[in-house]
Amino acid sequence: MMSAAVVAVSVMLAVAGAGAIYRIARGPSILDRVLASDVLLAIVGAALITDMIVYRNLDYLALVVAISLIGFIGSVTVARFVTDRR
Amino acid sequence: MEETVYDVITAVLMLGGALMSLAAAIGLIRFPDLLSRMHAATKPQVLGLLLFLLALAVEFRSWKLLPVLAVVWIFMLLTAPVSAHMVGRAGYRTKHLRPELLVIDELDDVVERAQRLLREAEEEALEDEDDDPRVDDDPGHSYTGELDDDEMLRARGTGAGEALNSDAQRPGKNPEG
Amino acid sequence: MTKEARMREGSRVPLLQELPLLIWLVFLWGALWQDFSAGNLIFGAVIAFFVANIFYLPPVELSGRFNPIYGLAFAGSFLYKLVQASFHVFWLAVFRGPRIRNGVIGVKLRSRSDLMVTATGHVLSLIPGSLVVDVDRSTSTLYLHALNVSTAEQAEKVRADALDTEAWLIRTLGTKEELAALRAETAETRKRKIGGRA
Repeated sequence: MMSAAVVAVSVMLAVAGAGAIYRIARGPSILDRVLASDVLLAIVGAALITDMIVYRNLDYLALVVAISLIGFIGSVTVARFVTDRR
Repeated sequence: MEETVYDVITAVLMLGGALMSLAAAIGLIRFPDLLSRMHAATKPQVLGLLLFLLALAVEFRSWKLLPVLAVVWIFMLLTAPVSAHMVGRAGYRTKHLRPELLVIDELDDVVERAQRLLREAEEEALEDEDDDPRVDDDPGHSYTGELDDDEMLRARGTGAGEALNSDAQRPGKNPEG
Repeated sequence: MTKEARMREGSRVPLLQELPLLIWLVFLWGALWQDFSAGNLIFGAVIAFFVANIFYLPPVELSGRFNPIYGLAFAGSFLYKLVQASFHVFWLAVFRGPRIRNGVIGVKLRSRSDLMVTATGHVLSLIPGSLVVDVDRSTSTLYLHALNVSTAEQAEKVRADALDTEAWLIRTLGTKEELAALRAETAETRKRKIGGRA
């Protein structure tokens, strides 16, 4: 049961990551890309938590905290420069 | 027996979280413009993360872990709208939206007025200021800042200075035509 | 104490007003170390005190009121709306996709305080389906980008929803004046409803 769920979760996260990467590659504007990379970051965080659950460790906890703390800075910076270059 | 119950709860929570990530990806691909995509992008960051953190809490069942997980979610709650607002605002201001998809727009004339005031002030300060939102790397937007031959001819014909200042030379202001 | 009085006195913030910040910082310290023993918390409190006073930031003007019962109810309704809106947006992404129509809607909030406008905008942005595009601080108007809005009724629903969120926030942590104004307003609408039915 658990292993089947883990496989399903992994596949879903992989597909979601692929979708986000497609949007990063496709654009069309820098803001779309930055938005999609935000989503990709959230998916990476989810994958780290999945890894922690499957292998029963807490190694990446600090990484998850860091992602939620400073993950927004990149997109804020880009958005700021986009508005400034008017 | 008890173990399997916890396992089932963890599995369901993880599946829900992954579903939210998948929903965000589908939204990113299928929605037609930046601002619609932003709605889809909020989900894995708020609900998806909550479900994954709950799954982690149920799997480990340790009281020490709960405060950290709460901190992770609180920080995500505090920071996610900041980036969403900044990106959305920049997108709106630089006309990354597609006006035909907006049925109601109560901000349009407000921004228009504010930007006109700002532009006038800037133009007073810097006479030859160029205020193009040249942030769009969309290949559909072929504006490069250079004049092509036709435009050069027209510019010479009508008097170069006047033509350079006219709005016809600045497709960035009304990108969709 | 008013802001001006404090400015005259120097930049010292009274300890009572600083307390929520200090408690939060100590909690953060304990949570990150995953250690809530007394020694660790006391050390964290010392660090929090120094950080709050050396790296001084202008204090957030809290109202001094917090109603935990309304807070809990608000948290519950937030979670419910979050789940419901998430699945709604998922449904729209799958079945509507490129044919989606949206609206930008101006919502004039009741409160003038920065804290309340920020909190309302934050909550609305967190719920998928609405997003703050711009804020007019002088009139405390939020401009929301709302997904799948094409008629005036739907726009009105978004507006009512935003005002409802603000009402919950005022009940939880608004000032006494805001709360009184909100009570008067709801009483009036109720009276008008009864009058309309009669």
